[in-house]
Amino acid sequence: MIEVRFNKKNLIVLAGVILIYFLVYGLQAVGVISAFQEINLMMLGINIILAVSLNLIVGFTGQLALGHAGFMAVGAYVAAILTTNLNQPFPVALLAGAFSAAVAGIIIGLPTLRLRGDYLAIATLGFGEIIRGAANNINYIGGAAGMIGIPQLTNWTWLYVMMVLTILVITNFINSTHGRACVAIRENEIAAETMGINTTYYKVLAFAMGAFFAGIAGALYAHYFYLIQPNTFTFFRSFDILVMVVFGGLGSITGSIIAAAGITFVNAALQDLAVLRMVIYAVLLIIIMVFRPQGLMGNKEFTLDRWLKKRGAVSGPTGN
Amino acid sequence: MGSVKKVALKALALFMAAALIAGCGQQKSGSDKQGVAGANTINIGVNYELSGDVATYGTNSKDAILLAFEEINQKGGVLGGKKINAIVLDNGGKKEEAMSAAAKLITENKVVALLGPATSGATMAAATMATKYKVPIISPSATSPDVTVDPQSKKVRDYVFRVCFIDPTQAIVGAEFATKDLGAKKAAIIYSNSDEYSKGLYKVFKEEFVKDGGQVVAEESFNSGDQDFRPALTRVKDAGADLIYVPAYYGDVGKIVNQARELGIKVPMLGADGWDSPKLAEYAGGAANLNNTYFTNHYAASDPNPRLQAFVKAFKEKYNREPDAFAALGYDTAYLLVDAIERAGSADPEAIRNALASTKDFDGITSKITIDQNHNPVKDVAIITMVDGKQTLKKKITH
Repeated sequence: MIEVRFNKKNLIVLAGVILIYFLVYGLQAVGVISAFQEINLMMLGINIILAVSLNLIVGFTGQLALGHAGFMAVGAYVAAILTTNLNQPFPVALLAGAFSAAVAGIIIGLPTLRLRGDYLAIATLGFGEIIRGAANNINYIGGAAGMIGIPQLTNWTWLYVMMVLTILVITNFINSTHGRACVAIRENEIAAETMGINTTYYKVLAFAMGAFFAGIAGALYAHYFYLIQPNTFTFFRSFDILVMVVFGGLGSITGSIIAAAGITFVNAALQDLAVLRMVIYAVLLIIIMVFRPQGLMGNKEFTLDRWLKKRGAVSGPTGN
Repeated sequence: MGSVKKVALKALALFMAAALIAGCGQQKSGSDKQGVAGANTINIGVNYELSGDVATYGTNSKDAILLAFEEINQKGGVLGGKKINAIVLDNGGKKEEAMSAAAKLITENKVVALLGPATSGATMAAATMATKYKVPIISPSATSPDVTVDPQSKKVRDYVFRVCFIDPTQAIVGAEFATKDLGAKKAAIIYSNSDEYSKGLYKVFKEEFVKDGGQVVAEESFNSGDQDFRPALTRVKDAGADLIYVPAYYGDVGKIVNQARELGIKVPMLGADGWDSPKLAEYAGGAANLNNTYFTNHYAASDPNPRLQAFVKAFKEKYNREPDAFAALGYDTAYLLVDAIERAGSADPEAIRNALASTKDFDGITSKITIDQNHNPVKDVAIITMVDGKQTLKKKITH
């Protein structure tokens, strides 16, 4: 397996990943990146983590879930409590936030993943609202006023490492036996079960993994934007993330990344258009859905093989 | 596999379109920057919730601010002829966007002060940038005490100001009015348990009412959106209350008033600025039910103050709708800033901040405003009574 891991293609990817890191790091150190760009860079990274993790649940496992903001909230609150109230270091808070979100994913996943399609969507939507309602009523975390004065610990390094880690783990998961089991469930649940796949196990696994990374995104968010309130994590945020996933293509990691980047960019660029920006945003979505109902990338990946060799016969690691 | 190429091409086309739109936006702000170079304009950032679920707050405030700047520019501008150039950005009611909009306004548009946002959460997010770059920010309507004072260190945030009174003030004034003017001795409180605003007012009112010599005989809570308040109201009636305090929003308030009158409860009812809505009478089941009710508010549209009436008229002419409290506060915010710039004698952010902090008896349309050491305004609270469904100014109490 070693020679597979260290082939030319992977080395190029690795070099690219490291290059981007140092490039942005350098630009930041020199002061080329303005405060406005830095904030959007952070949102970009957080959105990529959210979109990729939701894609695992919706795109690859085929479970329409609308509670991603709820998991994000769990991660954000747990991490913020640890750093702000209990003086724990950031890595501990980040991990604790992620694991709490994963546990929440398992708790919500076990009963609700018996449901399918729109029933599951409604159940997860309800879950998101429960989390928000709970946060609204717990005085320890500030109720509706939320938590303020969270130290700003998220920086480019943390963001980038977490983003790459998310993409790496989820890509590898999808290419593993477990990931293929998830895809099988998406394609045909009954057939998958007949083939001996424990569908409940894999659905809950995908759910917990998606929640784990959403928790990381929440923790990063809380520690960059200084305050969190229950109304930061409304249904609309879940919906925004879902839009990125559908926009990029259900079942395409690179699609999610491109869509998250594109939507973050469009959002930032249209700030001075106020009401009109909602119209433009909606028109963009309609255009995409009319001309590419399968999303920008469909369920295909943008891979180096295609880029370098331009040979149609070579399929990406996930195949089509 | 030409489809990949096609996808890439389409994606490219999409982003080019997006970049085009972004470019248009940039061009506009580009000319703003030239304005600064010409030294004949002063850039002011207006960062508001213009889309999203609290868009009405932001839009009303923003429209009033633009109206104020238009008037000022027509009258010859500030600092001996400089024109004010307002740059408006939408934050969609999201904290991260409030912060990025503030950063953009400060670093790219070189604004000397920020106005808005309307809500406390977004204001606190934008305030981090204002503090970082030492540019003053004034919110017309962020009522949480934490906006201007850090709750952990109890330190005043140097660059953050507001024009509205904070929530506890309303409850203190309400309690004072209840005991002194209405002669209430036994109060009942009905509050929403799912709402920080309501809970906060309830706590402060209870303390103050007892301090003023009254007695709280019943406390009933509900969840916003509840339909049946009759059991709670029956208990209130049996407790023999001579005043009912309902610190909630108009939707719930209307139903409570309606059902109280239905049960034959005739005692006065008192509330806060959440009552302020043209829809209140409709929810209350008719204007007659609202007689003998009072609420504390930022201003009264019926206030005979000629400047206020001129504002109401100008706003109606320009936007073809009635201004609300957000609009009145926005208008005051714009004039307060201009007043501070004139007193500072320069458009330097630091000088403006100092001038804002030392504001004394600024003559606003909602009230005379003096900024205290916590950067909160000392101003009048209007007590409004409903007479046949019309808001009528009962009295003003300075706090």
